[in-house]
Amino acid sequence: MSDISKDLQDQPKFQDEIGSKDQDHHTFELEKPNTLKKIQNFLHGNPTMVPVIILFVSVAAFGLIAGGKFFSAFNLSLIIQQVTIVGILAAAQTLIILTAGIDLSVAAIMVLASVFMGKLSVQMGLPTSFAIMVGMASGAICGYINGWLVTKFRLPPFIVTLGTWNVFFALVIFFSGSQSIRARDIEANAPLLHFFGKSVKVYGAQFTYGSFLMILIFIILWFVLNKTAWGRHVYAVGDDKDAAELSGIRTDRMLLSVYTVAGVILALGAWVSIGRVGSVSPTSFYEGNLDSITAVVIGGTSLFGGRGSIVGALFGALIVGVFSSGLSIAGLDVLWQRFALGCLIIMAVGLDQWIRRISN
Amino acid sequence: MRKLSLVLASLMAVAFTFATVPAKAGSHAIEACLITKTDINPFFVKMKEGAKAKADELGIKLSTFAGKIDGDHETQVKAVETCIASGASGILIAASDTKAITTPLQQARDAGLLVIALDTPLEPITAADSTFATDNFKAGKLIGEWAAASFGDTSKAIIAMLNLNISQPSVDVLRDQGFLTGFGIDTKDITRWGDEDDPRIVGNEPTNGNEEGGRDAMEKLLQKNPDINVVYTLNEPAAAGAYEALKAAGKADDGILIVSVDGGCPGVQDVKDGVIGATSQQYPLLMASLGVEAIKAWAENGTKPANTPGLDFFDTGVNLVTDQPASGVPSIDTKEGMDRCWG
Repeated sequence: MSDISKDLQDQPKFQDEIGSKDQDHHTFELEKPNTLKKIQNFLHGNPTMVPVIILFVSVAAFGLIAGGKFFSAFNLSLIIQQVTIVGILAAAQTLIILTAGIDLSVAAIMVLASVFMGKLSVQMGLPTSFAIMVGMASGAICGYINGWLVTKFRLPPFIVTLGTWNVFFALVIFFSGSQSIRARDIEANAPLLHFFGKSVKVYGAQFTYGSFLMILIFIILWFVLNKTAWGRHVYAVGDDKDAAELSGIRTDRMLLSVYTVAGVILALGAWVSIGRVGSVSPTSFYEGNLDSITAVVIGGTSLFGGRGSIVGALFGALIVGVFSSGLSIAGLDVLWQRFALGCLIIMAVGLDQWIRRISN
Repeated sequence: MRKLSLVLASLMAVAFTFATVPAKAGSHAIEACLITKTDINPFFVKMKEGAKAKADELGIKLSTFAGKIDGDHETQVKAVETCIASGASGILIAASDTKAITTPLQQARDAGLLVIALDTPLEPITAADSTFATDNFKAGKLIGEWAAASFGDTSKAIIAMLNLNISQPSVDVLRDQGFLTGFGIDTKDITRWGDEDDPRIVGNEPTNGNEEGGRDAMEKLLQKNPDINVVYTLNEPAAAGAYEALKAAGKADDGILIVSVDGGCPGVQDVKDGVIGATSQQYPLLMASLGVEAIKAWAENGTKPANTPGLDFFDTGVNLVTDQPASGVPSIDTKEGMDRCWG
């Protein structure tokens, strides 16, 4: 007992003796942060700012390169219209990726839901609202199946959704006969399906109801992910599933609910896509899976889960839209547009890695 | 040891039985194979239906194969090998990789099978015994001529070109260059689209041949030049998408000419409704049924089908479908088009 108290008494002395040298050594690097380091520190603290900055810089750059045709209220609003579907896909994708999963079947789930909506209302003559409900249910069920396979059989999400992508896609072809349902027929029999394609004009800009819905989805998801227990649990499960389990989160139920919610968002996307494309098109959005992952990644969300912001996906989608529109108006050949997009993805992820590699 | 050899013997017996089944069946009925690019594209779905109907009628046993997606060469090679092994008399193929598939097809021909290319010519075209296809250049030329005749003073044309994709498959190039030729525009290198320098062309955009791509592409070109008044589209879904973009821009009633190729039922219906001005209709069912008949003739008496005079393939025909015929350009109306449409 007395030994310990003696030790404790000695302790301050001991620190006094060597502490001063030690502190000098530690503060050495912190005293001279250069500008680059400051930027890195700032971005590390505010990771969502990266896509925001890229977006504004690219809009400004294309404004200079491509001129007024690009930098007009109409064109900027058109870009929002063009990224609406990918934006909604990316919102659902972000939820899954935050749980350290990935969903390769997002576009197939969406197209399947749109086929149900069109088939029941236009070709079978059932009430449109009922057809939409069936479409929504199909989205939820597809999402649930993904979640069920992931949790029940402990299969990696990549493999599960690679499989269900093929399954859902085959169902799309089966139910649609790979035949589009024409815009005119939808207009005549089920105009409600075109609801999200309607638009309002504000000072030359044109916004579709679908764009508003997309933004609303992002706002709601931002609120849910940041301000509710469910949202925090999504991050917790993605960051460390075992730790989340130990702290009392029922992780399997969480995952199941995340996949199902994603399915519902995708079905909403299906309704919007009918408004956007005009027809119910089973062959459209074949690359939607990868487009959504591109948007999420450029938006700064980590593919390893637990880190990233839902808003990032929106900015990621917008950045792709800005590049695609700007390069096209600037007259670059489509081949090189694709080349540039590939470089953009690698640069965005590289930048993200650099920001995270912060020394302190 | 005795047990093991018993198992081995019975396994060999089973294998032997299976191996001889196709040969036995071959002696009873003529067998044919149909290999298409995908089961996704309605064009090939209809082709399969046409072939099956004809095969049933003639009492031929038809096996069908398809790639998973457009460009899936590997699956087609496996299908060719399966067909050779099964003792079929002939192969009908819509090839995904028109150059690479010629090697396995040569093996099939060496084994005595008749090889007929459907819809897509092989490279070289002589790698098949015969080719039954649409003249895609002519299909493009017809809509080009129609657009020029309907437009009037072609020097005032402002043209949007909506193509398939950046890898420029032969169908994509032939239709595009055919259209430009018909419209009276210098195509430069006729084996590539997009190298033209005529100022009347606003730009070329890929559509993936679907509505979503058609709309995106049209929106982009309208941003480059909002006064576009002629729209070439590779196929009718792309045309439907382009029309949605024009409608959203408030230009649906500006009399903009949209032309397309395919002649599927939804496409012809769109011509009737005024969405598309004119489309070139092709006949996949005819390709398939003629192909099945050719294999029957080959199996029975060894005759090969002849080419259309002046061409190095058998032209299954193409018709311009429109309700606004232009003088000097032969066409059929949408009523006849609907009777003969395939989707």
